[in-house]
Amino acid sequence: MFTPIVFASILPEILILVLGILILIFEPFWKEDQRRNAGWLTAGGLFTAIIISLLFGQPGEPTAVLGGMIRFDWLGFFFKLLFMFAGAATALLLMDHETAGRRGEAYLLLLASLLGMNLMAVSSDLVMLYLAIETASIPLYILAGFLLADERSTEAGFKYLLFGTLASTIMLYGFSLIFGFSGTTDIYKIAEIFSTGSISPLLGFGLLALVIIGLGFKMAIVPFHFWAPDVYQGSPTPVAGFLSTASKAAGFAVIVRLFFVGLPEFSSSWTLVLAALSAITMTVGNLLALPQTNIKRLLAYSSVAHAGYALIGVVAFSQLGAASVVFYLAAYIATNLLAFGIVMAFSRVTGLEEITDYVGLSRRNPFMALMMLAAFLSLAGMPPFGGFVAKIFVFAAGVQANYTWLVVVGIINSIIGVYYYLNVMKFVYLYRMPGEDEEKHPVPLTSSYSIALVVLVIGVILVGTVFAPFFSWSDAGALNLF
Amino acid sequence: MNFPVLSIITFLPFFAGAIILMMPAARKNETRAVALAAASIALLLSAWVYLQYLSQGLTGYQFIEQYNWLPQLGISLKFGVDGMSAPLVLLTGIVMFTGVLISWGDEDKHVMAGIQDRPREFFAFLFLLAGGVFGVFVSLDLFMLFFFYEIAVFPMYLLIAIWGWVKTREYAAMKLTLYLFIGSVVSLVGALVMYWTQYQNTGVLSFDMLQMESAGFSPTFQYIWFLPVFLGFAVLGGIWPFHNWSPDGHVAAPTAVSMFHAGVLMKLGAFAALRVGVMLLPEGAKQWSWLIMAFAGVAVVYGAYIAFVQTDMKYMIGFSSVSHMGLVMLGISTLNQTGLTGAGVQMFSHGVMTALFFAVTGMIYDRAHTRMIPELGGMSKVMPFATIGFIIGGLVSMGMPGFSGFVAEFPIFMGVWREQWLVAVIASISIVITAAYIMMNIRKVFFSEMPEHLQGHVGDITVLDKVAVATLCLFMVVIGLFPAVMVPMVESGVDNIMRLLGGA
Repeated sequence: MFTPIVFASILPEILILVLGILILIFEPFWKEDQRRNAGWLTAGGLFTAIIISLLFGQPGEPTAVLGGMIRFDWLGFFFKLLFMFAGAATALLLMDHETAGRRGEAYLLLLASLLGMNLMAVSSDLVMLYLAIETASIPLYILAGFLLADERSTEAGFKYLLFGTLASTIMLYGFSLIFGFSGTTDIYKIAEIFSTGSISPLLGFGLLALVIIGLGFKMAIVPFHFWAPDVYQGSPTPVAGFLSTASKAAGFAVIVRLFFVGLPEFSSSWTLVLAALSAITMTVGNLLALPQTNIKRLLAYSSVAHAGYALIGVVAFSQLGAASVVFYLAAYIATNLLAFGIVMAFSRVTGLEEITDYVGLSRRNPFMALMMLAAFLSLAGMPPFGGFVAKIFVFAAGVQANYTWLVVVGIINSIIGVYYYLNVMKFVYLYRMPGEDEEKHPVPLTSSYSIALVVLVIGVILVGTVFAPFFSWSDAGALNLF
Repeated sequence: MNFPVLSIITFLPFFAGAIILMMPAARKNETRAVALAAASIALLLSAWVYLQYLSQGLTGYQFIEQYNWLPQLGISLKFGVDGMSAPLVLLTGIVMFTGVLISWGDEDKHVMAGIQDRPREFFAFLFLLAGGVFGVFVSLDLFMLFFFYEIAVFPMYLLIAIWGWVKTREYAAMKLTLYLFIGSVVSLVGALVMYWTQYQNTGVLSFDMLQMESAGFSPTFQYIWFLPVFLGFAVLGGIWPFHNWSPDGHVAAPTAVSMFHAGVLMKLGAFAALRVGVMLLPEGAKQWSWLIMAFAGVAVVYGAYIAFVQTDMKYMIGFSSVSHMGLVMLGISTLNQTGLTGAGVQMFSHGVMTALFFAVTGMIYDRAHTRMIPELGGMSKVMPFATIGFIIGGLVSMGMPGFSGFVAEFPIFMGVWREQWLVAVIASISIVITAAYIMMNIRKVFFSEMPEHLQGHVGDITVLDKVAVATLCLFMVVIGLFPAVMVPMVESGVDNIMRLLGGA
């Protein structure tokens, strides 16, 4: 049973589990003010896990392991690395959160959710997949409502729980119907069975709709996005960052594998549906981001819009399309975590979250302002940051698949995006605090923020300039699908 | 050629900008010194490239460097210059150098010239812009061209919005950014379509523009896609009717940024439109040249007329840029040897000239605190050096023989005459209007009686300002007197374009 390849395939998960146990062991011995150290442990542990996985856990030929429950391939592996990177950054950002950072449970829940996401990326069986999705989601429901004293956070947690369970129930219904019609839960066998034409396209369309609702909720695509702004605004900021990046990417990991591998038979119907969803998602996300005054809500709507851009790559239904989705998510994870990290660092010192509160930040902390500039320009899709290359790749995939109209919609949307992202930077760089000397109101960064933010900035710039290795990994993953 | 001079020129500003950002904010003079040193090296290197190209009588693409960047998609870092781009690289070096000199400023007196507020960030963003511009001029890979093109666009927003003229900077900066971004993404769609069509036609997956020249795009394809690609870039070249952002941007920008904007950035648009639009889609260019010619013709006359009625010096120069860039577009639209050569020289000549105009206007504004022509006067007495500079610029602008403007504009009109004599006649009206507003401006601002409230307050320009003015004047005079230092080189670049156009 436990051959070396099986061991290698779940090496990252084993490491995460070990890390979780370590935190459980140490946490009771730490005093209240030392418990933030669990953040160092989590972040350091996850970085170590990334390195160990890269050294010993690299997949070769795609193989089915553990009785076909898990697919050991580059697609899943690269996603796992991304999730762990996001988890490490989130742990660092969590450390100096006033309430959440001092509770060991927060880190444990984070790791549990990470475990689920890792399994989502590699599941090749519907049962396993559902289990993974729930493992990833339930800790996040708790984390979103982690601030018990804060009504907004409680509301966020509850809202997320209600909508999340509803969506996953619908998806489960879809899974059970797929099982009913195909007689198997193995994603890699479903395609064979459906290719015999045993079910009508109309029925296939219905099945897809059910699955899309469940995953659409995870990815926060319109019209399943309405939870996102409230939840992002209410939950602790690092958790919101994690929700908007890793959790969203996990949804994409599933959709790519499930649709490309399991349901290519119905590709003509789902590409069209997803193209429509992508166009609507981008447009609604960007238009609703325009009037926002709260920075977390702005980022929430912008992250809705970004799911729309990434969907273009799924719609393209090609190797380049899949690679561009993965690459887009890599760039987006680093960028959005950076943005949320800065929001977190700023509100920790000032307690403020409105966009207008950012006046004079470029004088209060020039380096933080520069990092914020990098994050927002990358979100807007400007070089030399990751967002630019990522956008070009998904657009290229869209044009290749003859979805030029969708690319044009994407481009119009990025223009709207440039407008509201630059509007935020206007407060940071242009306006000044009324009648005050900004230098008397510095916004210092603690060491954990400095490390997290600098690593993320470097990541954003690396993805945007030396994009070849990241693209090669994404491409290796995409190759496994065809 | 083993020495990777072009990549050094391109990446030097980025590294210098990063170094400047790491310096302590209070060390303003050290920051400026580092900036000046980097700009001087960039100027020397670009001059070296130019002189090598010239003295060895080279033709075609030279100093080629190629590094694989993303082989799967055929993206490579491919640099090279030809007779068309080598002068523009030199131009960028000149404007970068003089721009830094002008921004040094004068801290002691009540002048407050140059950049006194956060010079560290200013120079860093300016260098990011400069690096992007160099990158576009030397890129032979379409992907990298877009990469650098966008890098050149967004620092403009910050430079104008942060250090610009308080009254209009927010509006102007946003307008400029959105116009340019819309233009560039429209071209981007065209470029992606070209990329995949090439793949379908030839099976080659590559963004290399030299390969795309022989991608075998069908005439219908070229007919459809030429306009989006050409006009998308030409927005940055200030082509009528998409010129609207440009004068507003000039006016709102701080002096050095106005110089960059009018002197170099607008050339970026014209150059990219030429290289991607005309050279990769020559059949499309032939079919649409009438429209480009019409747009450019309107820009030339309309821009000159609007410049004539302005009372704000910066608006006047801004609209004169629209008019002169119209001449560049007019030269491109002829698609013949003479017109294109004129356009190539005009890009350089106008770049230097308009940088000089904006520099002198900035010096006057910093001291007199107004740019309104009716409120100024008698500047020749307090700043004789700047006056001489402005007059030389004016002569270039009017196209006087003996200055670079003549060398550039005469061939353009000849080229246009050969294609469509009526346009040449109408466009030549602009020469008269230009002469009128330039001379009226010189008379009023420099030679009339100085208004009383200015007397005693306005002093001479600094030594660094003088160096900048002298550098700019030097190039205009040398090219005017010895056209052979530039015209044959541009012609060699044009030969290549003519080959793609089918040797017409």
